[in-house]
Amino acid sequence: MLELRNIGLSLNGESGEAKEILRNINLTLEEGKLYGITGPNGGGKTSIAKVIMGIFSATQGQVLFNGEDITNLSITERARKGLAYAFQNPPRFKGIQVEEVMRIAKPGIDEMSIRGYLRDVGLCPEDYLARDLGANLSGGETKRLEVAQVLAKESQLTIFDEPEAGVDLWTIQKLINLIVTRHRGGANRTAVIISHNEQFLPVCDELVLVADGEIQEQGPTNAIWPLIRDDIICDCQIRNQCGGGFYEVQPS
Amino acid sequence: MIARYVISVGVVFMKYSPLDSKLLETIADLHGIPQGAFNIRKDGEGFRQSSANIEIIPKKDKPGIDIVVKPGTKDESVHIPVILTKSGLKDLVYNTFIIGEDADVTIIAGCGIHNSGEDVSEHDGIHEFFVKSGARLKYIERHYGQGDGTGRRVLNPTTIVTVENGAYVEMEMVQIKGVDNTVRNTDAFIHDRGALKIIERLLTHGEQEAVSNVTLNLLGLDASGQVLSRTVAQDNSNQLFKAALVGKNRCSGHVECDSIIMGAAQIRAIPGLTAESAEAVLTHEAAIGRIAGDQLIKLMTLGLDEQEAIDTILAAFLR
Repeated sequence: MLELRNIGLSLNGESGEAKEILRNINLTLEEGKLYGITGPNGGGKTSIAKVIMGIFSATQGQVLFNGEDITNLSITERARKGLAYAFQNPPRFKGIQVEEVMRIAKPGIDEMSIRGYLRDVGLCPEDYLARDLGANLSGGETKRLEVAQVLAKESQLTIFDEPEAGVDLWTIQKLINLIVTRHRGGANRTAVIISHNEQFLPVCDELVLVADGEIQEQGPTNAIWPLIRDDIICDCQIRNQCGGGFYEVQPS
Repeated sequence: MIARYVISVGVVFMKYSPLDSKLLETIADLHGIPQGAFNIRKDGEGFRQSSANIEIIPKKDKPGIDIVVKPGTKDESVHIPVILTKSGLKDLVYNTFIIGEDADVTIIAGCGIHNSGEDVSEHDGIHEFFVKSGARLKYIERHYGQGDGTGRRVLNPTTIVTVENGAYVEMEMVQIKGVDNTVRNTDAFIHDRGALKIIERLLTHGEQEAVSNVTLNLLGLDASGQVLSRTVAQDNSNQLFKAALVGKNRCSGHVECDSIIMGAAQIRAIPGLTAESAEAVLTHEAAIGRIAGDQLIKLMTLGLDEQEAIDTILAAFLR
């Protein structure tokens, strides 16, 4: 359904010199599966999502969606073809109200459905429908609204970038249930969750470990998760910075 | 032009052309004859109707009207739009508003200019408000220009507001588009426990120029004032916004100027705070910047193209 073929990405750093962010990324996402992408900070997880969505243009390789080469398509074209991305840090808008952005996400959506999506992410519609997506919302509220928008979009492939960031413990579990339920209930829907969260990752069908701009491991969750779990708890970023190795998948 | 509506007020008739209707709809949301009291001024001539609680009286010594709201009047509104459709017309009016004690009313004003000629069309409005003790006033003023002529469309409003003890005034002043030159002067005098909130929204484009000078004199004990300005400057347009708070007592005031700049436009925002009492609390914040890239990208991931995203962000910012 979505395929990344030998993707490379270089971006200009602050000094103006090109910095290699991703290399040799080969990844196939199948229809109807729930994927988790994890790995240390700065390893390239969000960059992969942004290449898929067209926010970053790959400097090499191809992006295929349903067999079509979408490498050179714009963000808008990809969104209209069925890709959606819930931002790690959603921008704030002065003057755009919650109801309005939900209608942008899903043109023609009725108010009852909007209310339903807001309730799903734990927000009372009466309090939020007319709220401005500006500075008067907390980080957690903004994040939940972000999830509500991409769910309303009902895209074929949805990427959630750290949906748990800034969200309280009780809501994290609610979001997990929501994403899993929606995903499992939706025909031919595929979801990708970029996360470090120990509650999110085990519910995925497959896990992809990204570090240092490359995919280090990928496979079924029951094979990958036990191997990376302890390193997440022990802060695998420190291991990485200290020259520690990555993981070898052991036969289960 | 074909007459669309005819208003009969006593022995005075006004004919609305489709052009008039569009202007009135744009500046005052009018889709026909307004309910209650109104004064519609077209090309220098006024057509009006008073209500039981709101009297509209033409001035005898100069052009303009007195609008007198009886004390205690609640939930009534007055429409006083002005439209100019003749190129080269210079219209000057002096309007005085007296809002009686404990009244609670809304006044919808505004000016629409259609200039299809080569000469300057100009409307200068001098508005003086006396909002009596305990009264509440919401004042909405929208400015708009259109027409394919080369003649400039000029609007220069002067607003003087006296907010008496315990009164509350909210003024929403909007320049929608199409006004080539505007100089807006607003002076307010706020007494004990009085409160004034001014919301300015302004869009300039092409070679347009806009100047806004706002001064809030916080005279009384616990007086409060707030100026919120949101502007967008496109193309080669030029904006100057000056907002001054003068605290003469235990009072509070805040100025916020927030602008989006595009193309080769220029914006100057100059907030000024003057405290003449140690118990005055005055603050300001100002920001000028482009549309944030992450905002555009976000809306594009929802399916809007770049221009739709820009239009959505600007419309919301100025709403």
